[in-house]
Amino acid sequence: MELLGLFNYWVFAVLLMVGFYAVIAKPNMIKKLLGLGIFQAAVFLLYITMDKVEGGTAPIIQPGVDAIYSNPLPQVLILTAIVVGISTTALGLAVVVRIYEAYGTIEEDETQRQDLDA
Amino acid sequence: MSLAAQLPALQIVVPLLTAPVLVLLRGANLAWAAATAASVMAFVIAVALTLEVQSVGVIVYEMGAWPAPFGIELRIDGLNALVLLVITGASALTLLCGRASLAGEIDPDRLALFYAAWLIALAGLAGIAVTGDAFNVFVFMEISSLATYIIIAAGPNRQALTATFKYLIMGTVGATFYLIGVGLVYMMTGTLNFADMEARIGEVTDQRPILVAAGFITVGLALKAAVFPLHVWLPNAYTHAPHIVTAFIAACSTKVAIYVLLRFDFVVFQGNLTGHAFQFASFLAPLALLGILIGSAVAMFEGHLKRLLAYSSVAQVGYILLGASFASKAGITAGVVHMFNHALAKGALFLAVAALAMRLSGLRLADIAGAGRTMPWTAAALALAGASLVGIPGTAGFISKWLLLSAALEQGPLGIVAVVVIVLSSLAAVIYMWRVIERLYFGTPAGNALSASEPPWMLVAGVWVAALANVYFGLMPGLPVGLSEAAAEELLRHLP
Repeated sequence: MELLGLFNYWVFAVLLMVGFYAVIAKPNMIKKLLGLGIFQAAVFLLYITMDKVEGGTAPIIQPGVDAIYSNPLPQVLILTAIVVGISTTALGLAVVVRIYEAYGTIEEDETQRQDLDA
Repeated sequence: MSLAAQLPALQIVVPLLTAPVLVLLRGANLAWAAATAASVMAFVIAVALTLEVQSVGVIVYEMGAWPAPFGIELRIDGLNALVLLVITGASALTLLCGRASLAGEIDPDRLALFYAAWLIALAGLAGIAVTGDAFNVFVFMEISSLATYIIIAAGPNRQALTATFKYLIMGTVGATFYLIGVGLVYMMTGTLNFADMEARIGEVTDQRPILVAAGFITVGLALKAAVFPLHVWLPNAYTHAPHIVTAFIAACSTKVAIYVLLRFDFVVFQGNLTGHAFQFASFLAPLALLGILIGSAVAMFEGHLKRLLAYSSVAQVGYILLGASFASKAGITAGVVHMFNHALAKGALFLAVAALAMRLSGLRLADIAGAGRTMPWTAAALALAGASLVGIPGTAGFISKWLLLSAALEQGPLGIVAVVVIVLSSLAAVIYMWRVIERLYFGTPAGNALSASEPPWMLVAGVWVAALANVYFGLMPGLPVGLSEAAAEELLRHLP
């Protein structure tokens, strides 16, 4: 039960490591960016999980209704973090396009080899 | 409310709102003028805030009049003021004198956009330095990082692009680690305000998530600060960025990450985690010592001037952290003073490099040979700033090394090791700076060093202002030392 209760946190840890592995191990720059996206998405999941209150509902106050509400703040925070993530990915892709124009490849080891030869 | 009360907010707002105006202006010269004006204004605001901090103490500003911890609070004490001075001063000076150098390196059609990205980077860095909110720090960190990637990628060689990509990947990983740490602290305390976190972590019964958060935050910020061995993005980024950009980011981007690291580890975690000072020191002191030794050693054998100075920066980040890892008043004062003095020395050196690059064909040590005869003013300023980097008495570098050595001597056996490392690394600094100066003055001129002339007077003047600041703060270290001592006391209030 402990395991299932922490299910989201396990998914967080696994996703984080999957993304991190791709960032470290893949020489292809697009794959690195994909990995970075997964890495960041894992953190979004961490924040979204922590705001859930058991039995809680959407935090919209209505007169005459006395309910337990989930915490809205992490969701707002993560909305900001998602925007940051999108900007990072967009900028990263733009840089990869420029690298492809300059080197003719998006493999990191290949660009390093070309720089050493030059 | 009077305008003076709004200064903490204006510190961010002025550069942030000038940036979109630049995009609309489009003209390169107009954009330069507006960007410089905004930077100078930011510097004036930083000076005003520093004076206010010196006279009345900590400044607290409630953003949108929402009281903390519900709203975002801007909070400025001695440490913030010093960081603000470094950031805005570096931006104002490099922009004022760097116009010709930047125009030579960047496509004229894109200059306006480049200056806009520069101002956004400035706004982000200033934002980190004024805010009192942990999540706000993350947002500003990413604003400044994204803008910094853009201005680094504007470098003339294609290696600038690969260097940017590497920096982007590592910087984002670092920021995400920081975000995980903040998330864990929020999960346990329900607050994002530094002061409120500090008060509430103590009430948390299960300390393990906080410990994990401390680990994530420290490692993430160490990545941003280029602490050895997480420095691999730094040499390439510094080498291939436009020269003026290198002068700007070398003076401030790593310092800001170190500032957040100090704020988190000493103010938020120190009072609440058992044995935190010991863990912090035993994690960072070895890395700092290794960084000092290896950075200096690599710099000794490096043949490219900018790369040499970049590796020297890795060593200097080590000095700052070594001071902090003593976790004593003298140690933190030394670290923070070195943050300021190193920004002065490296800023001046990279500006001199920009001046050399305008007239010479390359920046390998062979290319600069003999330029001391044809560009005497630039070369003399470079030698002066180099003396400050080495720590010759009478320059700013000497003050911080002296403080660092006296702090190390208080530390017992570890301190002796630190002293040996500092002395060895200073000798290494003498060697690598001497290699540069020897080539400049005594090398046989080759290529276009023979026919080189001084760069535009604005740039020479800027280099000299920075170099003379090294001498001024070497002879009269009252301002940085005073602010650093105040900062050290603020940071150490949790230590017995």
